[in-house]
Formats: sequence, structure tokens, C-alpha cells
Amino acid sequence: MNHEPVVIIGSGLAGYAVARELRKLESELPIIMLSADHGGFYSKPMLSNALSTGKTPDTILNGDAVKMAGQLKISIRPHCRVTAIDQSNNTIMLDDGEKLSYGQLVMALGADQICLPLEGNAASKVLSVNDLDDYRCFRDALVGKKQISIIGAGLIGCEFANDLVSADYQVHVIDIGAQPLGRLLPPAGGTFIQNKLEAVGVNFHLNTSTQCVEQVGERLHLTLANGETIESDIVLSAVGLRPRTKLAEMADIKVNRGIVVNQLLQTQSNNIYALGDCAEVEGKVLPFVMPITHAARAMAATLAGNPTPVHYPAMPVLVKTPACPTVVSPPDFSISGEWHVNVDQDGVKALFQDESSNLLGYALLGTATKEKNMLAAQLPPVLM
Amino acid sequence: MKKFQCMICGFVYDESIGDPEHGIEAGTCWADVPEDWTCPECGVAKIDFEMLEFE
Repeated sequence: MNHEPVVIIGSGLAGYAVARELRKLESELPIIMLSADHGGFYSKPMLSNALSTGKTPDTILNGDAVKMAGQLKISIRPHCRVTAIDQSNNTIMLDDGEKLSYGQLVMALGADQICLPLEGNAASKVLSVNDLDDYRCFRDALVGKKQISIIGAGLIGCEFANDLVSADYQVHVIDIGAQPLGRLLPPAGGTFIQNKLEAVGVNFHLNTSTQCVEQVGERLHLTLANGETIESDIVLSAVGLRPRTKLAEMADIKVNRGIVVNQLLQTQSNNIYALGDCAEVEGKVLPFVMPITHAARAMAATLAGNPTPVHYPAMPVLVKTPACPTVVSPPDFSISGEWHVNVDQDGVKALFQDESSNLLGYALLGTATKEKNMLAAQLPPVLM
Repeated sequence: MKKFQCMICGFVYDESIGDPEHGIEAGTCWADVPEDWTCPECGVAKIDFEMLEFE
């Protein structure tokens, strides 16, 4: 194999996972990691429960770029953006004008927070948290404040809501859907987690959207589509993620919802790869940690010269809401089936089954989460 | 008994509890957890855990 460097664009969990796995297999191969930010290593899932786990932006950072570069024996270039990929010459252009050659290129670009268009003179003051630097701004903004409104009752919105009420903030959550976690839970599960989060102090405003954010003195006034108004100190938007695909598109690399890759995690150029939140693997965009772990291992083997397709087992997702422990293995809704739901006072066990009672997915809340491993063993793999 | 936390997802391996569902009996020292054991919550390797302070 050639000894041109493996260049990894991105220093999030996906970029670091590939670097770590590849270094285990190839002790000498040059690896260059390019990062748009500080390039340090941290775990993004920890941002949404840092208050209740007693973590600060400084303690979330596991190692800065210098430490990580030494540990993994790689070169890390912080504050460096890639402006173009030249496939025919196997080079990339950097924002400082430099050209860099690669033997194999890995796109671990991540995803952007979707930014909803809002009216009002304070629309630009709406915060979102997509990385550690954002989180630092958010924590700075929290100092001395009391009331937080969160737009979006999905995974991140609910986790932040729970974390903030646990630290005694007053929290409002606004969502256009009829229930929290609408994309993951059947209605009975949505109602259950809503009740549990309300019991610890979260205020939900459902079936409505935020229209306008106005600054009034020190405060922000939100006007909702249903006519309600909410006064807040801070507004946090958490309405979803969009894979970063622009760099690939500009290089004529095939893009659908994410950067299109096959089971070897290869784009149509066989020395350009993608994984993590930016990638669409065999039609699936899975913005969670577990798929990254599996993809990084397979990709590292492939990069080291041993082509290895990625296989995904069932990969249940944990929702970090201590007020209501929740585990979801979202079914592939292209396969027909239906929810069978058992609700009691302490939990919800929702099983998504086909006509022959084969388990295709589940949502477990409260005490039912105890069965997560036993049931996971019955789930089909996400990607064979 | 010590505790170790997954740096990726925050899962805590408590030696006094082990991970019985994956064949690791309660009371198993961290050093005796096999190298190919992975985090039951996010799948990362044993190397991606760090020791927590005694509680």
C-alpha cells in the first residue's frame, strides 16, 4: 500500500474514532487530522447532561490537540478549513491557500444544527449547541440567568431540558409536534416522558411553533403560533441536524441526505470515505455514537488495506433524561409492522412487531428499560 | 471496588456490579475484564474508559 498520508477532515467523535482504530492497525502510517475548531478530543453526547454530572466545558475536554496528537501519534491542524477536494490530483485545498496531498481521504464532517427562520429583533440571539465551543458560550450565557426556552422537543431538546431543570432553571420546551420525541416514540411513550419531565418542572408547549423572538429590556419575549407568549433569558434551538455535505457536493461526490457511501464507507471515489453524522451508509443517516464506533473499526481495516464492510447490529439509543430513563431502537419504518404498547404507572414497553410477531424495534421507558439488553438480542441487525 | 467511566457515552462500569448481561460477573476487577469487552451502551473499547474517583 502507498504511504501517502491518510487525511481525516473533522475532529469530532467520528474523526477521532477512525484515527484511534487506524493507529492500532498501522503504527507508522502518517495520519493528518484537520479541524475547523481547536481540534481537541471530547465526547459530544456529554454536553447535554453536563450540569447534572457536574462537568464544565474545561472538564469535558478530554485532551487538547497537542496532547491527542502525541497520544495517537498523528498530526492535528486546528483552525483549518478545507475549501475544496481535487479528486484527480488527490489533493485538498485549505483556507490558507495551502495544498495537501492525501493517499486516502476521510470525511468526518459532522452535521449542522438546523436553524429555523424566526422573526423579531432578537432572532439572532437564539443559541444552539453543536460543539464544545458553542457549549462554552451557552454556559457563559447561563450565569445569573433563570429562564430558558428550548425550541424542539427531540432527543437533544429533552436532554437539555432535563439537565437544566436539575440545576434549578425554569425551562419551557416548544415543539410543533403533539408529543416530545415524536420521531422516536409512539404516542403512549411521548405522553409518559412528557408527564415525567413535567413532574420535575419542564413546561411543554406542544402543537405550536415559535414565530418571533423580541428583545424587551434584558429579556427575550417569544411569541408562539398559538398566540401564547413566553418570557425568557435564553433561547436554545434544538430542532435537528443536517449532514454537512457541501464540500462533497462541490467535488461532485454523490450526496443524497448525507454523503453517499457503500458498505465499505467509500464514496464513488474509492480512496475517499465518509462516516458519522455527515454520511449516508446504504441509505441510512444515523447520527448516534454506536454507528460511529462500528463504522470506524471497519473503515480503519479498509484503510489499512483489508477491505472490510461495516455491519450494524441493533443499536438502541439511550435518551439521557434521568427523570425518565428511555431507550429506543427505532424500527426501520419501511418494513410494515405496528406498535404493541404496554403502559403502567412506572413505565412503557412498546414493541414494534411485524405480522409474525418478529421484533423490529422498541421504545422502553421507566422501569421497562431493564429489559433493553434482553430485547435487543431479539432485534434484527440494522445493516447486515 | 472501583468505578470506570466510558469517555464517550458516560456509562459507568462498577466492579461491584460487573456487567452480568455480557458475561462479566459482579465483583470482576477492571483488570480482569477482557480486552475485547466493549461498552454496553455505545460499543467503544475498554481502552476508552477512565477511572472515576472513589465514591
